[in-house]
Parts: sequence; structure tokens; C-alpha cells
Amino acid sequence: MRHMLILGGGTAGTIMANKLASALDERDWRITVVDGTEEHYYQPGFLFVPFGIYRMREIVKPRRQYLPGRIKFVLSGIERIDAEKKTVMLSSGEALRYDCLIIATGADIHPEQIDGLLNEEWGRSKFDFYTPKGADRLAQFLKGWQGGKLVLSIAEMPIKCPVAPLEFLFLADAYFTERGMRDKVDIHLVTPLSGAFTKPVSSRVLGEFLERKGITVTPDFDLGRVDNKEKKLVAWDETEVSYDLLVSIPTNMGNACIARSGMGNELNFVPTNKQTLKADGLEDVFVLGDASNLPSSKAGSVAHFQSEILFQNILEHIEGRPACAHFDGHANCFIESGFGKGLLIDFNYETEPLPGEFPLPGIGPFKLLEESPINHYGKMMFRWVYWNLLLRGMELPIEAEMSMAGKRVR
Amino acid sequence: METMNIAGKAIELDADGHLANRNDWNENLAREIAAQEGIPELTSPHWAVINFMRTVFEKEGDAPSIRRLTKESGVDTKTLYQLFPKGPAKRAAKIAGLPKPKGCI
Ligand SMILES: Cc1cc2nc3c(=O)[nH]c(=O)nc-3n(C[C@H](O)[C@H](O)[C@H](O)COP(=O)(O)OP(=O)(O)OC[C@H]3O[C@@H](n4cnc5c(N)ncnc54)[C@H](O)[C@@H]3O)c2cc1C
Repeated sequence: MRHMLILGGGTAGTIMANKLASALDERDWRITVVDGTEEHYYQPGFLFVPFGIYRMREIVKPRRQYLPGRIKFVLSGIERIDAEKKTVMLSSGEALRYDCLIIATGADIHPEQIDGLLNEEWGRSKFDFYTPKGADRLAQFLKGWQGGKLVLSIAEMPIKCPVAPLEFLFLADAYFTERGMRDKVDIHLVTPLSGAFTKPVSSRVLGEFLERKGITVTPDFDLGRVDNKEKKLVAWDETEVSYDLLVSIPTNMGNACIARSGMGNELNFVPTNKQTLKADGLEDVFVLGDASNLPSSKAGSVAHFQSEILFQNILEHIEGRPACAHFDGHANCFIESGFGKGLLIDFNYETEPLPGEFPLPGIGPFKLLEESPINHYGKMMFRWVYWNLLLRGMELPIEAEMSMAGKRVR
Repeated sequence: METMNIAGKAIELDADGHLANRNDWNENLAREIAAQEGIPELTSPHWAVINFMRTVFEKEGDAPSIRRLTKESGVDTKTLYQLFPKGPAKRAAKIAGLPKPKGCI
């Protein structure tokens, strides 16, 4: 009996468990998923919690409910991977041997990485919305806030869902407008990027969007520390931005178990072949989702596209054939823009997000890089798609490989 | 394609204004680019960073992040920003004749 071991039962681990459960012969393979918690959060929902659009209990479900019957779920922390001995040590003291390992331990925020960010003001005048606790506390705070200077600060790249900060700003603009206090709130984005987003065309379009909504952008700001007394952000080059309310996207890092295993890069992301998803230099180890160092977006949609490639590669690999399916970096993200509208971007390693139309049989076309109500519905529908199709490893009507259909190239 | 004139020779640049052909690079060219970037003199800590970047790029095909630079090159973040004001990762890559770091999206 061979053993398929999946570390992490979040988006990526759950998708892969579902796909492999129906493909691997039960007489040949047993499959185990290890995760430290019972609760599976729909993380894209965190964005809506601060504005009272979703409540936390509406976006969390029991992890086990999404794992098929034949999967063994082990509730435990992961201590360390010993790739040489093909064994994973758990915090429970148990050691699990594997024949094939999938690392899907994701990424988390690390406010302690920025000098002065994590102190008694964290949760009072400085918040995050990337964790259940952070999003909840911010929701409480916003209800009673009288206004002032709201600064959204991105500490450093890469971050999970790189459009989430922009969506937060758009929703904040709508939220304060609807409460009749937009004139009392000064909204700022402070980012290490040279513009609103990473790639030229979308950066320009999204930048214009921010401008139209009266949101000020401070680009090229490499956050060095937070001065709590004066309530200001200080960059490494000593430029400063003051705030009344700081919404922070702290440094995102891979899990500490990766560092303990001596595997990660400087941010604990696992060096991974960007096409085959095999861990660099390790036998029988693959990496899926946010845990890898791939230059693709860290997003659930990307984990889904990757999973189709990884699925093929694992089936080849366990038959002793080379992994030859290639991931192209495909990402497809709805961007909530407030007031019941949204945008959609679709891109890969080589092709930046372009304007045009995104054909989707039955529902679409969605508008690319342009605001429309249908994109907002796409975003809201994503929660249903996530629990009912995506996690279950079902085919979605979008191909893993990016298509140029409908895109306008100039 | 943009070019840059150095010592009477036209050197090709990419869309980001970095060298289009890595083979064009030499230490004199690095000094020239540095001067254009407002760094009049390249001192030995500058060179340590530049050489570290080139070594990493040679091996891995992308320039290292600031975090990696400070962790492995032995130069702390504060000093890096003094050596290469306004975005050391991008600047040092340009002077080292490397493409703009891909970073992540
Ligand atoms: C605010 C926000 C908005 C987002 N919006 C979108 C969006 O609109 N669209 C989109 O596609 N994506 C979005 N994302 C990103 C998406 O949620 C992630 O990319 C996706 O969940 C990544 O899946 P993953 O399996 O790699 O990581 P995760 O889903 O985070 O799973 C990792 C799992 O590993 C477990 N784990 C890690 N280390 C250990 C350990 N040592 N021991 C035991 N267990 C461990 C964790 O408990 C966790 O369950 C958003 C994310 C955030 C934070």
C-alpha cells in the first residue's frame, strides 16, 4: 500500500484530496490530509466582513465535510518534513511516512516582521483583514468610527490575493459614502509597487479607478517601521505617511514548518518548478497553492488551475513517467469595485491583464478590466462556486490554460 | 528599442530601461548607469551587492528581493537604502545589468 500525504487542508489541499480520491485505486493508495485546525475559512469572504456584508460565521465550514470518505484526516500541527527519510513529523509526536508528498500549507500574515507594527495598538488603531480575528475587529471598529485618515498599507510583496487591498479601498469608499460620511474620510493607498497594481495596463486602469474615487496613492513606499507615537508609517528612505486608522497588509510568509524543514526561501516559500510544480531538488514532493515561490498570484483560482496540472503530473509521476503537464501561471480574479459593480482580470506568466470580454458559456461574457454589475455577481457567486465546485475538485467552465479569446491586444 | 550611448557605443535597453543584453555589461558600464541613477561613485559595499545580485541571477534566473539581499549579502536594509536610494532591489539590478526583478503578483 502506498501513501499519498497532503500537508494542509485549505483550498489547495482540499481540491487535491478530492481529485486524487476518485483517481487513485483504493487497493494501491491510501490518502491522508494533515491540518492544524477544524475550521475551513472561505478567505475571499474576509474582504466583506469589515463592511458588514458577510459575517464570519457565514464564511466558515468544517474542514472534514469537504474531504471525501476515503481520506484520512489528521488533526495536528506539522513540525517538520524530512525529505530524505520521506517522513513528516507531526506536533502530536506521530511520524508519517509517504511515497508522494503534496505541500499545501499556504501563506499567512506576519505583522511581527515590521518594526513597530505589532504592539498594543494592533486591533485598536491598526488592523488587518487577512485573518478572521483581524476582519472581525475591524468590522467592530468601523461601526463606531467618526472618520479621519484611513491608510491601507502593503508592507511588501508578494501578498495573497494582490487585488484584495484595492477591493478593500473601493468597498471602503462605497461604505463611507452610503453612511453619508465620505467627506469625513480621507482614503490612502501606500504601496511598495510603482502603481496601483503590478502590470502596466491593469495598473493604469486600476490607478484611474482609485483616482476617480478620490483615493490617494503613494507608490514606491518600502515600509521600514511604524512610529506609534506620531501615528505614521516610515519608509526605509525616511519618507513618511501619517494615519488615524491603519489597515495593514503585513508581510506574507509561508508556514514556519517549511523553515523548520530547511526548505524555504527568505519568506518560507518552497522553491518550486514553475511549470511542473515539483519541489526543486526533492524527490516525490510537489507544492500547490500559496506555499510555493511561483511568480503566479497567490489566489484560490490559481490553486484551482494549478491543481489540474498537478493532478496530471502526479498520475504520471506515480507511474514512473516524467511530469510533463505545464502550468502557465493562469490567474482569473474578480475585483469588487463597490456600489454593486466589479471588474475581472485574466492573465498568466507571460500575458498581463488585458481589456476585452471574457467568454463564459451560459453566464458570460464578463467584461475584462472594466466595471460592470455582472462582474459583481461573478464575485458574489464565487462563494458558492468555492464550496460546491472548486473545493470538490470539479471541472469549472474555465480552462487551466489561459486563453486569448475576447482579449484586446494593442 | 531604446538605446543608451556609452563611450560612443549604442547599448540596447529593454522596456524597463535595463540592459537588453546581459553580455553588454561590464564594470565601466555599471559606473555609467549608476551615475545616471544619481550614484556618483560605486564603493566596495556597492560592488558587494552588485556581485551578489549577479551571482544569484546567474544561478536562478531572477534577481533577489531586498529581504534576501539583507539576509545573504551581509548588508543590512538601512545600509542598502543608503547605497541605492529609492528601491535598492530595482536600482541595484539595473546597475548590475540585470532585468527588473520579476517580483510577484
Ligand atoms: C482577504 C483575502 C481575500 C482573498 N480573495 C480571493 C479572491 O477573491 N479570489 C481568489 O481566488 N483568492 C482569494 N484569496 C486567496 C485565497 O484564499 C488563497 O490563495 C487560497 O486559500 C490558498 O490556498 P492554500 O491551500 O494554498 O492555502 P490555505 O487555504 O491558507 O491552506 C493552508 C492550510 O494549511 C494549514 N497549515 C499550514 N501550516 C500548518 C502546520 N504547520 N500544521 C498544520 N496545518 C498547517 C492551515 O491550517 C491551512 O488550513 C484571498 C485571500 C485573502 C486573505
